[in-house]
Amino acid sequence: MSALLEVRDLWVSASKDDGTTQPIVKGVNFEVKPSEVVALIGESGSGKTTIALSALAFTKPGLEFTGGEVTLQGSDVLTMPRQEQRKLRGQRVAYLAQSAAATFNPAIKIGEQVTESSVLHGILTQEEADRRAESLYRALELPDPERLGRRYPHQVSGGQLQRLMAAMALCGKPDLLVLDEPTTALDVTTQIEVLKAIKEVIREEGSAAIYVTHDLAVVAQIADHIVVLYNGAIQEQGPADQIINRPTHPYTRRLMAAVRPPPAAGEDAEADTSGQQSIPALEAKNISAGYRIASGGKPLALVLKDINVAVKRGQVVGMIGESGCGKSTLARVFAGLLPAMGGEIALDGQTLAPSLKERSREELRKVQIVFQMADTALNPRQRVGDIVGRPAQFYLGLKGAAKRKRVAELLQMVELPAEFAYRYPQELSGGQKQRVNLARALAADPEVLLCDEVTSALDTIVGANIIELLKSLRRDLQVSFVFISHDLSTVASFADEIVVLYAGRVVEQGPVNQVLSPPYHPYTRLLITSVPELRVGWLEDSMTTREAAAGIARAVEISAIGCPFSRRCPLSIEGTCDSELPPIRTPSPGHQIACHRSLGEI
Amino acid sequence: MTGDAIKAAVERPPGDQSFEELPDAPPRQRLKLSWAGKISVGIIVFWVLMALTGSFIAPYHEAEFIEEDLQGNYYLDPSFLPPSAQTWLGTDYLGRDIFSRVLWGARTTLGIAFAATLLAYLIGITLGITAAVAGGWTDMVLSRLDDAILSIPTIMLALIIIAAFGSSIPLLIVLAGLVYAAGIFRIARALGQDIMVQDFVEAARARGEGLWWIITREILPNAVMPIATDFGLRLIFIILFISTLSFLGLGVQPPTADWGSMVRENLQGLGNGFSGGAIASLAPAAAIGSLTIAINLIVDDVSAHAGGSLAKKMI
Repeated sequence: MSALLEVRDLWVSASKDDGTTQPIVKGVNFEVKPSEVVALIGESGSGKTTIALSALAFTKPGLEFTGGEVTLQGSDVLTMPRQEQRKLRGQRVAYLAQSAAATFNPAIKIGEQVTESSVLHGILTQEEADRRAESLYRALELPDPERLGRRYPHQVSGGQLQRLMAAMALCGKPDLLVLDEPTTALDVTTQIEVLKAIKEVIREEGSAAIYVTHDLAVVAQIADHIVVLYNGAIQEQGPADQIINRPTHPYTRRLMAAVRPPPAAGEDAEADTSGQQSIPALEAKNISAGYRIASGGKPLALVLKDINVAVKRGQVVGMIGESGCGKSTLARVFAGLLPAMGGEIALDGQTLAPSLKERSREELRKVQIVFQMADTALNPRQRVGDIVGRPAQFYLGLKGAAKRKRVAELLQMVELPAEFAYRYPQELSGGQKQRVNLARALAADPEVLLCDEVTSALDTIVGANIIELLKSLRRDLQVSFVFISHDLSTVASFADEIVVLYAGRVVEQGPVNQVLSPPYHPYTRLLITSVPELRVGWLEDSMTTREAAAGIARAVEISAIGCPFSRRCPLSIEGTCDSELPPIRTPSPGHQIACHRSLGEI
Repeated sequence: MTGDAIKAAVERPPGDQSFEELPDAPPRQRLKLSWAGKISVGIIVFWVLMALTGSFIAPYHEAEFIEEDLQGNYYLDPSFLPPSAQTWLGTDYLGRDIFSRVLWGARTTLGIAFAATLLAYLIGITLGITAAVAGGWTDMVLSRLDDAILSIPTIMLALIIIAAFGSSIPLLIVLAGLVYAAGIFRIARALGQDIMVQDFVEAARARGEGLWWIITREILPNAVMPIATDFGLRLIFIILFISTLSFLGLGVQPPTADWGSMVRENLQGLGNGFSGGAIASLAPAAAIGSLTIAINLIVDDVSAHAGGSLAKKMI
């Protein structure tokens, strides 16, 4: 069978200001056969997106094709006249970007945007395009396909928007689909739903696809052929089955090792029981919190309700739940950024004022927060030395040489060279920024670190390195951690205890081993089964076996009555779960599950 | 995947440096000027020098009438004389040396315009950031005041104030500064609100930093550059504003030379052609033009530099 797309010895270079060029893609060869899904996998900076974009004869600004050819059905797209290239894009090759929220124009109705390019290119008339869009909505299992096109982008959820983008790309019946990390920014439960929809629709349409990602587990579900990239060159390529099960290249193995392991009990041998009896380092008692406080003092949107969490000294508590469950809000309540509406926060047994304005500097010092996005958490106009040095000066009064020495120590602690003190944040890579972000929190010599999704925005390998760093810091410094993540396997590999949050309530909490082994709360089970496993065919298996299949894609609702999860729960009891608060069951000391079902049933 | 495999992955031997994290941030690049930018720097430096020294090197005083030529013969009509060895750019409608007046005018025009622009930025940024940070009633009061100032036609406002206090250069500076601060307030407030919600400001708040630190160290450094990119445009508006006032007889009072008023007062010479006084209004116009274009070209280079590093981040 002849190839649909052939990439032969492709070179792409970035031109620098001094006139020299630096190769970004170095002689890459691969091909895409009709109705085949080829995955390009690698870290950021590996050139995977650049290569994928070459199928559209497009480069990002500052890059240029310097060699090789990309042929689509026999014609070289790189040397095509501009007019031809324009026809190629969106018509024969369609591109699906990472962020659907950024791709859709918020002011134009969905239907118009989905059909725009195929009508513009004259492939379909508006009526045909509308009909095709509707059938695509159906194929992608989107709700209310007849009327969906008349809604605006903000009226649908993130996962739905991501699938709508697939509809947009597929509307003009392209020969080749380029998917650039379409599920990376999504929750695990949403990711499955999008992945499944995209996979099915690609199979039905019979279109070929290039799938760009850094996530091997995702690749295993969708790709027929895998190309592993590092630093602009191919390390290894072959059928998905072979790469996943019998990788030969050391880099592929390294990628495999950094991939999220399926969360499982029994890995955590270092659980420290010595601190069990002492006063917790940080404790939340019956915390309720919300936003948009009305004049009467009651929040209009309650985000957290009756949260009880204790962080023991030197221990790591993992907070887990889908986006919108209130994990980050809890961190903000701990830090005093968002004063709690009810309940209290205790540090070393001493009650803390709800608002940070009323806390003493010493109290502030002991609880430090590490923000999720290192990109925005570091002031772009301050040098790393100033960023890291400020808390040391602010809390500990270090100045001049003492401060510089401390900054160098801190940078060493997070495994960065001391010279980085003179750099600005934009001169650092994503992982390096996150390390600086950590160093700033450590500069205060804290007792508790609140880590809010610190690895979520990073590549697998970079994220694994950060976790490794956190582990060694924990060993050396005896700091307690509140580790917030939507990624269950990351939490499982680092935490001693897990707190599962759903819709602002704790549904299950306990030591890692017990939370990750039966009996599960139904929601915990959903989360666990949603983490993609690194094997071919997992997606199909999980779709057939998951009892919660019916429950995915339902919006999280924060209700005052009943169990918050009852609407999505496969074990929901009509008349009970939706009206009464679930009792707390304790299968073993320290392990709590809030569910109406008895332990035997779950 | 077993626990051992993960351990193997995270506990690499220290010597194993292969497959390190790929850098995605190139070293910061210094601002490089295009050739147009370099010429522009030259032009601005020239005018600033003239503003400082023009009154000393000019052959005549700004108010001096040319009455006799180099041989000592009296002119019948010294107005709108063509360029000559005596008057390099000719004379104006009253018979004053244009070349000298352009040099003198550099001091008045640049002085007033820069002072007024700086004042406008000072007031606009201070109040704008204050409104953004404080929010609530402070924001409400400041913003409505700003709306009020913006809603009054500027010339009318100037007329009333000059009628009340009489025209003087300090008053013109304060007036232009206040009027143009209103626009800068808007931008500064919007930028301030944008920066306020950034995580690094939240991090400073969580640390317990005071308002002064947050404003001066976290917000201002990030707000000043974007606001300053339209510095050139505002400077030009202020030159035009002062010129308009001068034309109405309310601005710089004669015989003080100022480029804007020179263009206006010599307009009648424009129809006489180059031998009969067109240069009298074209010369100061060229001075205004060269200065404003030069400033804008540099601003272009600066924003292209910022945009360039932005584009590199995307690669």
